[in-house]
Amino acid sequence: MTLRCPCSQEHCTCCIQVFNACIEFESFLALDDVSFAIPRGVLTGVVGPNGGGKSTLFNALVGLQPIAHGQILINGLPPGNSRGKISYVPQKERVNWRFPLSVWDVVSLGKSAKVSLLQNLGFTDNSLIEESLRKVDMWDNRDDLVSKLSGGQRQRTFIARALTQEADILILDEAFSGVDISSQEGVINVLRSLRDEGKTILVATHDLNTLADRFDEVLCINRHICAHGKPESVFTKEILTELYGSHGEVFAEHQIGKHTHVV
Amino acid sequence: MWFELIIEPFQYKFMIRALIVCISIGVVCPFLGAHVINREMSFMGDALAHAVLPGMVVAYAVGFSPLIGAIPMGIVVALTIGFIVKKSNISNDASIGILFTGLFALGLVLLTLLGGTRINVEDILLGQVMSTSNTDVYITICLTAVTLILMILLYKQMVFIGFDFQGATVAGLPAAKINYLLLALLSIVIVVSLQVVGIILVVGMLITPAAASSLIVRRFSTVISVGILFGVSSSVIGLYLSYHLNLPSGPSIALTSTIIFVLAFLTKWRWS
Repeated sequence: MTLRCPCSQEHCTCCIQVFNACIEFESFLALDDVSFAIPRGVLTGVVGPNGGGKSTLFNALVGLQPIAHGQILINGLPPGNSRGKISYVPQKERVNWRFPLSVWDVVSLGKSAKVSLLQNLGFTDNSLIEESLRKVDMWDNRDDLVSKLSGGQRQRTFIARALTQEADILILDEAFSGVDISSQEGVINVLRSLRDEGKTILVATHDLNTLADRFDEVLCINRHICAHGKPESVFTKEILTELYGSHGEVFAEHQIGKHTHVV
Repeated sequence: MWFELIIEPFQYKFMIRALIVCISIGVVCPFLGAHVINREMSFMGDALAHAVLPGMVVAYAVGFSPLIGAIPMGIVVALTIGFIVKKSNISNDASIGILFTGLFALGLVLLTLLGGTRINVEDILLGQVMSTSNTDVYITICLTAVTLILMILLYKQMVFIGFDFQGATVAGLPAAKINYLLLALLSIVIVVSLQVVGIILVVGMLITPAAASSLIVRRFSTVISVGILFGVSSSVIGLYLSYHLNLPSGPSIALTSTIIFVLAFLTKWRWS
């Protein structure tokens, strides 16, 4: 039996499908009964408070975090089998900035999962790296050390790495933390132009400010899906209260092992 | 006079063997050392050197080259440390500290029980490259060659994993496996270096040249190249000092690398 896509469209083009997924950490229910689907070529903002489960969800989507039950399909395959098709940009705290790598070095890493070992020796085509750097407007900074860059430049460097990886899905965790407002604009413009080229992009951000209406769709998460849809339809007073207000009430009936759905 | 200083020592076979081993170590140590520094694994490197002592003693006792006993021991200990760091609830440095102290103590006890008077403890602790045998030279050349080839072929992959483990995993790299391989190579390099600088001074070749290099150049690939230059200089200059001034070789080499580090530090300090 094939599962019906959560988007419930007749001809669905979804490349990310999540069916009733729950994620538990020992005695803590991080995500409860999450179902949603992301169509190909859409720029989605994943918003919600810190600790609301955005990173946990992303880790599950890329196969770094097992789910307690439910199912996740990326291009129709379980997350562990779709490695390479996704490029993941972790929160900046998870990256080892101590490594003295230049922008060029980091962007060239995108190819390392695909190239044969001999191509590591330098017999490789650099045109893709140059093209990626130019797309995100980091060509002039290619010799700078990534550890010395501003937040926005770092994000654009990682986006260029995703381009050299030739991934069709980009997942960026907390892409705007430590990025000042004017640079946020630059990052989101790059993401929008990639969206126009057909990339599917998920961006987690805990602060809403001015960006929210620059996404095609918004997925609101606070340990469950509060809302999913166009920004203008999602940002209602009720949903924002549920998202950022006290969650004592919302989770009163959620307990470990007692999920609201039938497994 | 230059002839006497530079060439004369090599009329002796033992000095030629020592030179070959010193150059091998000088090249391979900073290559791994650059990774070790940036991954904050220096303490693990030091611990590994101590932890192979039981393997060396047993090999000595049954009449093999200590290298032959230390290499499997080193790989097993490195992988065990990698596993413990991943699984244990005790902090990394505490787990590593407990394991290496325990094994080092076991090694010292075995030394008394099995070794008798045939083993010179000082050589094991401080290195004695002048007494390297032909077999040891062949083993050293083979192991450093294999290590260098793997490090060069997997250069990008190892950098990606050290820089961004999660991103590398999602990109499709077998990150955990490559990390274990790096640990295994690290233990091989440490064991090979023990001939030159011994258990106590191994950091002087593994960490110091790469650290000195990272003070004065910026890019990772350049840190490795300049580190190799410093590593080879340290081991060769140290070897000459040891020969001409009749000093113990391990400490001369470790002291030379430390002096290079201090000079690099002062250079950097004057620039900024």
